[in-house]
Amino acid sequence: MTAGAQLAADEVSSQGEVEELEGHFESLEQQAQAARLGMWVFLATEVLLFGAAFALFISYQVHYPGAFRQSIEHNAKVLGTVNTGVLLTSSTLVAGAVHALRGGNRRWSSWLLAGTIGLAFVFLGIKATEYAKHFAEGIYPGGAGHFFVEHHERGTAEFWTLYYLMTGLHAVHVTIGIGVLGVLLVKIVRGRIGKLSAHKLEVGAIYWHLVDVIWIFLWPLFYLA
Amino acid sequence: MTTMPLEPSSAMPGSRAASPTYLGVDTTIRSWLLTTDHKRIGVLYLVSMLFALALGGFFAMAVRLEHLSPNTTVMSAMAYNRFFTLHGVIMVWLFLIPSIPSSFGNFLLPIMVGAKDVAFPRLNLLSWYLYMAGSAVVLVSMFVGGIDTGWTFYTPYSTYSPTAIPLALFGVFIIGFSTILTGLNFIVTTHTMRAKGLGWLRMPLFVWSIYATSIIQVLATPVLGMVLIFVVLDNGFSWGFFDASRGGDPVLYQHLFWFYSHPAVYIMVLPGMGVVSEVVTSFSRKNPFSYKAIAYSSIGIAFVGFLTWGHHMFVSGMSRFDAGAFGVLSMLVAVFSAIKVFNWTWTLKKGAIALKTPLLYIFAFLFLFVFGGMTGVAVAAMSLDVHWHDTYFVVAHFHFIMVGGTLTAFVAGLHYWFPKITGKMYSERWGVLSAALVFTGFFATFFPQFLLGNAGMPRRYYTYPPEFQALHLVSTVGSWVLALGMMITLVYLLHAIWWGPPAGPSPWGSRSFEWRTSSPPPQHNFTRTPSFELDPYDYSRPMPEEGE
Repeated sequence: MTAGAQLAADEVSSQGEVEELEGHFESLEQQAQAARLGMWVFLATEVLLFGAAFALFISYQVHYPGAFRQSIEHNAKVLGTVNTGVLLTSSTLVAGAVHALRGGNRRWSSWLLAGTIGLAFVFLGIKATEYAKHFAEGIYPGGAGHFFVEHHERGTAEFWTLYYLMTGLHAVHVTIGIGVLGVLLVKIVRGRIGKLSAHKLEVGAIYWHLVDVIWIFLWPLFYLA
Repeated sequence: MTTMPLEPSSAMPGSRAASPTYLGVDTTIRSWLLTTDHKRIGVLYLVSMLFALALGGFFAMAVRLEHLSPNTTVMSAMAYNRFFTLHGVIMVWLFLIPSIPSSFGNFLLPIMVGAKDVAFPRLNLLSWYLYMAGSAVVLVSMFVGGIDTGWTFYTPYSTYSPTAIPLALFGVFIIGFSTILTGLNFIVTTHTMRAKGLGWLRMPLFVWSIYATSIIQVLATPVLGMVLIFVVLDNGFSWGFFDASRGGDPVLYQHLFWFYSHPAVYIMVLPGMGVVSEVVTSFSRKNPFSYKAIAYSSIGIAFVGFLTWGHHMFVSGMSRFDAGAFGVLSMLVAVFSAIKVFNWTWTLKKGAIALKTPLLYIFAFLFLFVFGGMTGVAVAAMSLDVHWHDTYFVVAHFHFIMVGGTLTAFVAGLHYWFPKITGKMYSERWGVLSAALVFTGFFATFFPQFLLGNAGMPRRYYTYPPEFQALHLVSTVGSWVLALGMMITLVYLLHAIWWGPPAGPSPWGSRSFEWRTSSPPPQHNFTRTPSFELDPYDYSRPMPEEGE
């Protein structure tokens, strides 16, 4: 690549946003393509990470259908379902934010993104309420707590331990998502990310959709019999 | 902010001679520790893994030494348990898993696809730091109680062993992230960074094997990560995921562990097969007999590898139907491997063979790999496995693949690409001598273990009946020869780094893409955009005039 081509490779938009080409890429298109594929491959990893936990859950559910059914009925169905709605809405908002940014509307995009992050906090709040409720009932991971004195059927302890582990791991992902989307929001507000680099928000949004999709599988397993 | 400033002048004719090599561009330690250059990261990996190899080798030697006599020779039974566990953990996770992909893969893959670097250079550096951090945690666990479960960490024992299980598993967990990041980088690089005109079916075969490996790394490693977390929580906090008294199932651990750890065997051996493809074509100066068969069988192994884990569990309680299915699927791997072996052999046939050190190691590979592979087919049959399960027969089988296959290919690659990485040439005479020692030592160490296993010697036992002593003696003496061969290799390679004669861009006359740039390569791999008119194995046409 010649010097002239390199200078032309960095694009500058009318709003003053500069999309830089990193030295090892040939074009901005290639750079965006790599970022997208990188995120998809990472998501494949995430799916397999949760996959191991799902395998454990489903296997024990087959072993102890009775204990698992009772535990699911005992779980906070309303809170879990409301949370599903919250997360799905947030996913819609982030999709809207990507769309707006592609159209060059940074202002609208950042509001939608702020809404996404707000709902993520609501999700974590509801989750924390749910955990507090279970702790009050004497349900702790590892079969600890007075709840298990009355409910000593085999498999009950496994259900609640997996409940804490899997929803906890998911909550960790929600927290990471808040961080990622937060950084993107700051950059959009400051004009560092705009129409030219909309793929950066897109990559963040794909991650957020995965967090959403995992919950779509956790919800029926833990809350709906 | 660009992390890697492009030299805009790199395409101008006058600047070509002045372009510094990746080694000479900056020589401070800081420049190495903060580098995002894939070649330097490859070298960092190479050096750190050689330390791991030495350490794992030390534990292996100690274990062999202990078996010199039927009862206590040099260490207590507890020390013996810790030593064979550490040997396994260090060799598998600190050496074999990252070995060829992270060192030669990092160094060569971007060059082989005509790119300036991998897609995510900073992630690449992060993966090395994660590897170092994870290794450090594993090594610390060695000093605070060690681990005594064997490298497989089987439950239920691993959930209550008083040794430093959580710490060691946490270390392996971190190394897992490093593996995933490397695999991710290679997949994205192969897809998006190939030079113009370099289609999938024109890539060097090494790239295919690394690509197939990366798929396994990305898809299998997270399962290991999760299952290790389960064991850590079981051991550290008694959460009871695998505790039968709470409804947990210890055998489920084996399923999940082998869902990773069997494909992991292909993480270890597939890159070795890539090395074989490169070396065989270079030293017979021929196109591979069938490029496509070698390339696609790599993907085949990666895919089928995910469906064979059950053959580790034939005696853990498995229905006859399941065992049969896992057995047949396992044998399918042998079909793909045989496709490769026949292709390599046919490539050699009537080739203009240059019998140099790398090719000698490849001959050793072919012989040992076929030996290890055929015994693998045998243990994949349930009826035979029940007899050999948990005996030295299995130990010998996987050492034939892991040492006879992967390590031999690694050493072959080390010799083959040594001139490319360092720009220097090693002593061929010493190379031939040590190759002979390594092969002899290896065979003497592990062949008797087939006989021991077949006679009923169980693996991981501290003592054995006196009638087994002769075979154990041969095995131990063999390990000394093997170690001697490896040490000689280390000495003459180190010697060559400082005092070896300059190698020139392509000392083997190879046409593969990495040899079309100078040795050592310039900072951005090529001083001008390379042309890929000639295929990597096309020896039928004259080499076009390229830059330096």
